[in-house]
Amino acid sequence: MGVRQSWKKGEPIMAEEDYKGVWVFVEQTDGEPATVSWELLSVGADLARKLDVELCTMVIGDNVEHLCQESFVYGASKVYLIDAPVFHDYRTEPYYRAVRYLIDKYKPEVVLLGSTSLGRDLTGPVATELNTGLTEGCTELDIDENRLLLQTRPAYSGNIMATIVNERARPQISTVRPRAMEVPEKDTSRTGEIVRESMDISEEDIGVKVLEVIDSSKGEAGAIDITAADIIVCAGRGIQSSENFQMIQELADELGGAVACSRAAVEDGLTPVESWVGQSGTTVRPRIYIACGVSGAIQHTAGMRDSDVIIAINYDKQAPIFEVATFGIEGDVLQVVPAITRYVRELRARK
Amino acid sequence: MLIVVCIKEVPDAAYINIDPATGTLIREGVPSIINPFDNHALEESLRLKEKHGFRVAAISMGPTSAGETLRNALAMGVDEVVLLSDPVFSGSDTLATTKVLAEAIKRLAEKEEVAIVICGKQTIDGATAQVGPGIATRLKYSQLTLVDQIQNVDDQAGKVRVRRMLEGRYEIVEATLPALITVVPQINTPREPTVRMQMMAEDAEVTLWDNEVMKLPKESIGVKGSPTRVRKIFSQIMPESEILGDGIYDPEGAAHLLIDTLTEEDILSL
Ligand SMILES: Cc1cc2nc3c(=O)[nH]c(=O)nc-3n(C[C@H](O)[C@H](O)[C@H](O)COP(=O)(O)OP(=O)(O)OC[C@H]3O[C@@H](n4cnc5c(N)ncnc54)[C@H](O)[C@@H]3O)c2cc1C
Ligand SMILES: Cc1cc2nc3c(=O)[nH]c(=O)nc-3n(C[C@H](O)[C@H](O)[C@H](O)COP(=O)(O)OP(=O)(O)OC[C@H]3O[C@@H](n4cnc5c(N)ncnc54)[C@H](O)[C@@H]3O)c2cc1C
Repeated sequence: MGVRQSWKKGEPIMAEEDYKGVWVFVEQTDGEPATVSWELLSVGADLARKLDVELCTMVIGDNVEHLCQESFVYGASKVYLIDAPVFHDYRTEPYYRAVRYLIDKYKPEVVLLGSTSLGRDLTGPVATELNTGLTEGCTELDIDENRLLLQTRPAYSGNIMATIVNERARPQISTVRPRAMEVPEKDTSRTGEIVRESMDISEEDIGVKVLEVIDSSKGEAGAIDITAADIIVCAGRGIQSSENFQMIQELADELGGAVACSRAAVEDGLTPVESWVGQSGTTVRPRIYIACGVSGAIQHTAGMRDSDVIIAINYDKQAPIFEVATFGIEGDVLQVVPAITRYVRELRARK
Repeated sequence: MLIVVCIKEVPDAAYINIDPATGTLIREGVPSIINPFDNHALEESLRLKEKHGFRVAAISMGPTSAGETLRNALAMGVDEVVLLSDPVFSGSDTLATTKVLAEAIKRLAEKEEVAIVICGKQTIDGATAQVGPGIATRLKYSQLTLVDQIQNVDDQAGKVRVRRMLEGRYEIVEATLPALITVVPQINTPREPTVRMQMMAEDAEVTLWDNEVMKLPKESIGVKGSPTRVRKIFSQIMPESEILGDGIYDPEGAAHLLIDTLTEEDILSL
């Protein structure tokens, strides 16, 4: 295991036949799976087909057996399950030890995790312990003619894309950005094999305790989860005052979407939230992203340029946001946004 | 007790471009800056120093030019800086980078007990967010990522309590020291160095640890110690944008055109 010392460029991988299978880590909180896990099964299925190997998941948690059947429904044929109270709250150490244990024992060649807070917390320790490579935040995965995983990811604030390979250590570990892949079709008739494992970790061994969880969806805090949103309406500094945030909220509500902000809007106190979209904030990839009075600084676009359709509303024709936009409206957000909301309401009323 | 803050010098992302002919990065004329997240890491380390009387050391692995970034850390109030620079370190991926940084922290810890290591959430160039976790794993420190508040440090009891900012929720977490913390920019507003401090920093010494000092096996660092390799670099081409209507003089018309276009093209269904 680990980096091969005598390896030379172009040489075939030493232990290729020892490592087989594509694995997906099923991320969950209180037994509730993260959608990205199922998205990973769609790209995972594609990789497994190209490699002609099995597609498996790792389910680790406390009372999470129901996620095994869900794994099958979304395309896995085998699940490695570790179910114990010590895995109730996510903590780095018990989780990385469990993942490492499973990888050491069963030797998959590809391991995929979501590029989420949790996935990014877990991947580094796993790869470090296994002395192998990782590629963070992929948006595309493929297999080359030598069975190597081609891992493509944005870098330099999304200005460039890089394709990364790991030729000399196994497994090849990647995290994949949420919403970069489609959720596969459900097939409720599918079943598979559950491999139960257990780990000898006790609560006393773990130096980290989660004392409290403050859930913002219950209105208790300013961090909102926008990574799952299909439609995002983003307020920039161009909304000018906190009263005008209401019109952003109304458009989002009308479209069934979520509101988001630029960093400048948050820092100027124009919005009720504390998190923003961008390089130093959240990366999102909705189907529709509506940027309202956002200039499109590179630090902002780094976090949203992969959205399917980007709509920019800005009265400055020169604003860089128009360079990443699919559609643009040159105009005053304070007029255009309410006009869109009115028209959507009108169309709905006509139906 | 020592706080170690890890800082990286990065090319200013706003200036990065690809040479369309060769497919390589154009580096000329691209200014180097401190990774912006690391300014928040630095600031937080200085606040811990002021509050608890800890000493602060800043370390950076990079080319010799990164010495300037470290000098700036001195001007902000850091007590000691170490530059990790050697041709054999270059080309390191995250696995090899964390090897060098973790070994450097071990060396510092030989002289003075380390309480906390602080990193930025991620960089603006590689942006993997994996260096902090890699260091924590190698040193067997408690790992606390995405921290937006360090609420309490109790070095007597050997405990730290932080708030983590996650998707749609916060977590209050307590961990045993030593701990590695990665910080989000919400944690603080970094200070500006004073002129007096800047002048002092100009003459201050930047300690250099090359591999003569570090003595790390070559196969664990640099290109040799890096399992990942960049095979190809290319620009992401964005399609031309289409300006709809005349939003200045006819906002209603432009709004209608937008929604009609979205529904006709099956992007939106109402
Ligand atoms: C290290 C670092 C990290 C950063 N990280 C992030 C990040 O993650 N996310 C982020 O968003 N920013 C980030 N920033 C800040 C970023 O550089 C920009 O300053 C910020 O994105 C600007 O926000 P904005 O577009 O809302 O405001 P501005 O740049 O002020 O733009 C406002 C826009 O609104 C337009 N406008 C004004 N009034 C109207 C109107 N009535 N109608 C129509 N248009 C109008 C203006 O033409 C302008 O284009 C970061 C900066 C740094 C240095
Ligand atoms: C285009 C491109 C793509 C890459 N992709 C990958 C990849 O997929 N996998 C991979 O393993 N490597 C990759 N790398 C290499 C990676 O960027 C380097 O290993 C880098 O040294 C550290 O990673 P980072 O910049 O992502 O740091 P991050 O993990 O994002 O940095 C987090 C924090 O760690 C600290 N830190 C990071 N680097 C240093 C340093 N040199 N000195 C001091 N403190 C530091 C800082 O506090 C920083 O805020 C890539 C590089 C490029 C240019």
